[in-house]
Amino acid sequence: MSELDELYQEVILDHNKSPRNFRTIENASRKADGYNPLCGDQVTVYLKLEDGVIKDISFQGSGCAISKASASLMTSELKGKTEAQAIELFDNVHKMLTGESNGQDRGKSVGKLAILSGVSKFPARVKCASLAWHTVNSALKGGEGIASTE
Amino acid sequence: MKAAKEIPQPGPARGGFDVRAIRKDFPILAQKVHGKPLVYLDNGATSQKPQVVIDSLSRYYAEENSNIHRGVHYLSEQATAAYEAARQKIKRFINAPKAEEIIFVRGTTEGINLVAQSYGRAFLKGGDEIIVSAMEHHSNIVPWQMLCEQTGARLRVIPINHDGELVMDEYRRLLTKKTKLVSVTHVSNALGTIVPVKEIVKLGHERGVPVLIDGAQATPHLKVDVQEIDCDFYAFSGHKLFGPTGIGILFGRSELLNRMPPYQGGGDMISLVTFEKTHYNVLPYKFEAGTPHIAGGIGLGTAIDYLEGLDWNQVISYEHELLRYATDALSRIEGLKIIGTAKEKSGVISFVFDHVHAHDVGTILDQEGVAVRAGHHCAMPVMQRFGVPATTRASFAFYNTIEEVDVLVRGIQRALKVFG
Repeated sequence: MSELDELYQEVILDHNKSPRNFRTIENASRKADGYNPLCGDQVTVYLKLEDGVIKDISFQGSGCAISKASASLMTSELKGKTEAQAIELFDNVHKMLTGESNGQDRGKSVGKLAILSGVSKFPARVKCASLAWHTVNSALKGGEGIASTE
Repeated sequence: MKAAKEIPQPGPARGGFDVRAIRKDFPILAQKVHGKPLVYLDNGATSQKPQVVIDSLSRYYAEENSNIHRGVHYLSEQATAAYEAARQKIKRFINAPKAEEIIFVRGTTEGINLVAQSYGRAFLKGGDEIIVSAMEHHSNIVPWQMLCEQTGARLRVIPINHDGELVMDEYRRLLTKKTKLVSVTHVSNALGTIVPVKEIVKLGHERGVPVLIDGAQATPHLKVDVQEIDCDFYAFSGHKLFGPTGIGILFGRSELLNRMPPYQGGGDMISLVTFEKTHYNVLPYKFEAGTPHIAGGIGLGTAIDYLEGLDWNQVISYEHELLRYATDALSRIEGLKIIGTAKEKSGVISFVFDHVHAHDVGTILDQEGVAVRAGHHCAMPVMQRFGVPATTRASFAFYNTIEEVDVLVRGIQRALKVFG
């Protein structure tokens, strides 16, 4: 598979075309905005937490196929996870996107999100894939303001 | 560009416009990227450098390096002479009346900041107004916003129409007795629009308002004559003009520059320093504190020598033909929408698709060896005006070819195939 095919796999193209959980959540317990100042990609992540568990998660915004698919995959993956599990997954995904791990090693597994590992070959696109993750991370940590990839 | 008035420096052969010969002057263009020949269409971001410019940088460091305006020794005299000769070339290039009106800065951004902080802070106050346009680069917006915060002045914006042209009637309406400065671009980096700067200046001057023109995107493509435009300030960057990065020019009328306080303090900008009082140096040195980018200034002079060796009537008509060919070819791609369709345009084509994002197009083009810009082009208000988050931008220089446009078109078609 060429690097380009690895980047734009069917699953990613599908999530770009029909993003999952692409909506707002009324009465969300947490909400955070993410913004990539380099390109203008923008995402808002909504969370509904109950007893430390992500009961519902959704996103809205505009961006490229990679950022949209990454956000869509992220929401599918995080639903039902505890806050601690979500933060651990954020760390593992981040390591995979920046090429520190392949996303499959013990203790660093990212499950289905390994589909995004092709991004690490495209340094200019790592921020696109990590935007939603930075945003959910700041929502989970309850930080104020806008998450940025910078 | 001014026609060469002196003996042309090393450059391409004269006579018919021979793009093949010109490409040989730019070593980077022979490169392969991802195994494909480089197609460099990101000239709006920065231009490539001819070998003579690269050589002049290394020659300076190998043979002339020393500090200027201070040493009594041989090398310092050589370096000072080369640096000041570059200033003369730049004066001639934009037809400035005096060499003292040519101030070396880091780039267009610093030139605009200099005017905002020096002229602006000295002469603007609360309630005054500064006019910019809706198609400015962030570097011609943010320095004025900072000045507004500092002085209480207010920023007013000339709107643009759907083709990306300034609405001149609105400009006339915005010009009032509150207006203290107008600052607009000569050529839009995101849209390619050529702005009627002579008219902008004339209307400003009718009200006694000084006008700054951001020439970053104009100098690589047009003949610029600051006396003909009649502007008060004109800023441009060396690196977009086939010269080095980190060097740029602010032209300012000496009457204004003389009245303005220094921008930065330090060495070279003083004539006498005591702890009681410091006397500032004369123009242009008053605005050139510290050791400048000497190699960059000399390199920019060499770039101008190179450009003056070209026949600019030919260059302009060649670029015009390239833009026409690319506009036609891209317009034929289904679903492609060109953003920026002004009647008077320079070599920039910004485009979008409904279902494919600019970044994805950019990445796929890169795999084909084609370098374009994808994003907001540091002109977010322009993106907001057209309701798009980002565009893909192909920007041309005289060394680009019709065949390269064809590679671009095939690359776009490949991107469309990936996204069905």
